[in-house]
Amino acid sequence: MSKGVLVDVSRCIGCRSCMVACKTWNDLPAGKSEFTNNWDAPGKVDADNWTVVNYHIVEQDEQIKWRFVKRQCMHCDEPACEAACFTHSFVKTQEGAVIYKPTELNQDYCVGCRYCMIACPFGVPSFQWDKALPFVQKCRFCYDRMKEGMKPACVTACPTGTLKYGERDALLKEAWQRINSNPNYIKRVYGEKEYGGTSWLYISDVPFDEIGLKTKAYGQDVSERSIPSLTWDVLKWTPYIFVGWGAILTALNFYTKRRAEAHHDGEIYEAVNTIEEKKDE
Amino acid sequence: MQKTWSFKLTPFRYVLIGLAGIAVVVALARFIFGLGAVTNLSDEWPWGLWIGFDLLCGIALAGGGFSTAFIVHVLHKEKYLPIARAALLTSLIGYIIALVSLLLDIGRWTNCWRPFFYWGFHSVLFEVFWCISLYTTVQVLEFGDIFFERVKIAPLKKILSKAMLPLTILGIVLPTLHQSSLGSLYIVTIDRLNPLWWSMIIPFFFVWSAFFLGPAMVTIEGTLAARAYNRKPETHIFASLTKVTMWMLIVYFIVKIIDLSYRGVYSMAFNGSFESNMFLVEMIVFILAPIFMYAIPAIRKTQWGVVTASALVVIGVVFNRMNVVFTGMAQSAGGHYFPSIWEWLITLGMWSVLALAYLFVVENFPILVKEDHEQESLSSGESVTTGRSVEA
Ligand code: SF4
Ligand code: SF4
Ligand code: SF4
Repeated sequence: MSKGVLVDVSRCIGCRSCMVACKTWNDLPAGKSEFTNNWDAPGKVDADNWTVVNYHIVEQDEQIKWRFVKRQCMHCDEPACEAACFTHSFVKTQEGAVIYKPTELNQDYCVGCRYCMIACPFGVPSFQWDKALPFVQKCRFCYDRMKEGMKPACVTACPTGTLKYGERDALLKEAWQRINSNPNYIKRVYGEKEYGGTSWLYISDVPFDEIGLKTKAYGQDVSERSIPSLTWDVLKWTPYIFVGWGAILTALNFYTKRRAEAHHDGEIYEAVNTIEEKKDE
Repeated sequence: MQKTWSFKLTPFRYVLIGLAGIAVVVALARFIFGLGAVTNLSDEWPWGLWIGFDLLCGIALAGGGFSTAFIVHVLHKEKYLPIARAALLTSLIGYIIALVSLLLDIGRWTNCWRPFFYWGFHSVLFEVFWCISLYTTVQVLEFGDIFFERVKIAPLKKILSKAMLPLTILGIVLPTLHQSSLGSLYIVTIDRLNPLWWSMIIPFFFVWSAFFLGPAMVTIEGTLAARAYNRKPETHIFASLTKVTMWMLIVYFIVKIIDLSYRGVYSMAFNGSFESNMFLVEMIVFILAPIFMYAIPAIRKTQWGVVTASALVVIGVVFNRMNVVFTGMAQSAGGHYFPSIWEWLITLGMWSVLALAYLFVVENFPILVKEDHEQESLSSGESVTTGRSVEA
């Protein structure tokens, strides 16, 4: 019973009600924005803006299309942020939300190393850079509302039905129904398989790569394996290397020792003295 | 035997102390005002100079400790004994620097003890953290063995001497693990780190290069120490160490090529992009060039040849880490990062402390080999001019 949200990019009008709702519900401070020559500000999620709406101009068949994409944490099925954190400060709840324990559950173990920020494939976790003891911040899928059976604040605010909240499985089915019944859609649900699958799913009538949802990186398809499974592939060898390498070294040590003469280490060294000539002790 | 502690202050050392003092002030400011006030880090570039250079390179450069320990104490190649203690010392200081820069870098430093109690063992960082902490402890104990030669506390010295073997083994296994997992840290950057550097076997590249860097680092450091104290550098030892480094470099190069072709990104190295050029420089100048310099006896046998090639190896490993942390990530991270003046000052200060600590210890503890003893073992008859003492 893992929840999800289906985002239908073709329906979004870029009103940003979701942004406002998110800030209001989560008590996030307003920031002074600077004038930018586009409709994108603030452009990227940060510690005080857990969701942003990006705009993209897409040229298709000599037609110019404006598309708006709401971005926030994807709530991965196997989150990189959770596996990366060595104090286990992120957790994927059974309801589907990926939450940050220091602020959400009052379990403040995070040391602020920011490895979660390096690990997240979507660049989501953000840091309170201006604080002396900063927290990591990101969309929490309105976990408090979710537990009460309410929709996330942003979904309630959306006037066009771009955002739909529900069971992830059911949403995935619906996504494919919409895609199959309308030839305009790209034949792909973004989030179905990317990095092991995410709770937030996107469908679009313009190529995903042109609206900031990467399907290719350096000419190759993005990973369908989750990041935790990749690191675990390497990490699982640790105990074997520890024991095996230790045993080899011990054996080598005894084997070579018999051949080499026992040496009195201490005697060949001395402290150097720059001040005066060496005196005999 | 017991001389008084000595530390002569030269103008150069005053500069180092000054730099260290400035760093302490900046560090205080950083703790009070937070990271944003002092650094140029951002959400796009969460890790900067302190992690990328001080921690990653500091630890790699400390690789001399474990590779020398392996050669001297496990393989018992006694002829390398003269450099063993110096290598251990640099390594220990390197790790302490790494731990300090880590403490400076973490945002919630008041929680710095938590990871010992709250375990996220699915995390690569978990392994790195534990191995580095344990290994630093091991090194302190190993160094204790030397410390108690000077500060005579017999029972402690005895206990430590007994524990030396397990400590030595741990002192090789732990760094093997975390040098490699420093590489594994970057496995999560799949699709973001340029494929010329990203690889599932990046842990192998990290630990392998930390190992072959060891002898080169010992060479550089030994030469510098010899200069400073007007001693003869152990050129013959350095020259015979080059064989190890050369073969390891060759293996590194071959595995790199196999890895690139296996992942089908071989051609990316030649597509003319900034990344590809940096990669080629890394491979040609810092891997192939030292291999050839080490391979040609006429170069290898001379003091300048060994030192130049070793310098290339050392700079090459730093260059590689910088490429992983910055060059390879730039395209996907976006935004700009250049360390702020404060970040530089802290880094400078930390490395000044490193230099001061090294100088203090070699002047007060038996670290470097006795001169006359060395004379006997000097097999190659070449006399090395060391010039005047530069009074470091
Ligand atoms: S999108 Fe990033 S922050 Fe969100 S759950 Fe996935 S890895 Fe974690
Ligand atoms: S910054 Fe905090 S939450 Fe993120 S990886 Fe480090 S300890 Fe974990
Ligand atoms: S789910 Fe909640 S926290 Fe996340 S973007 Fe929507 S309103 Fe903000």
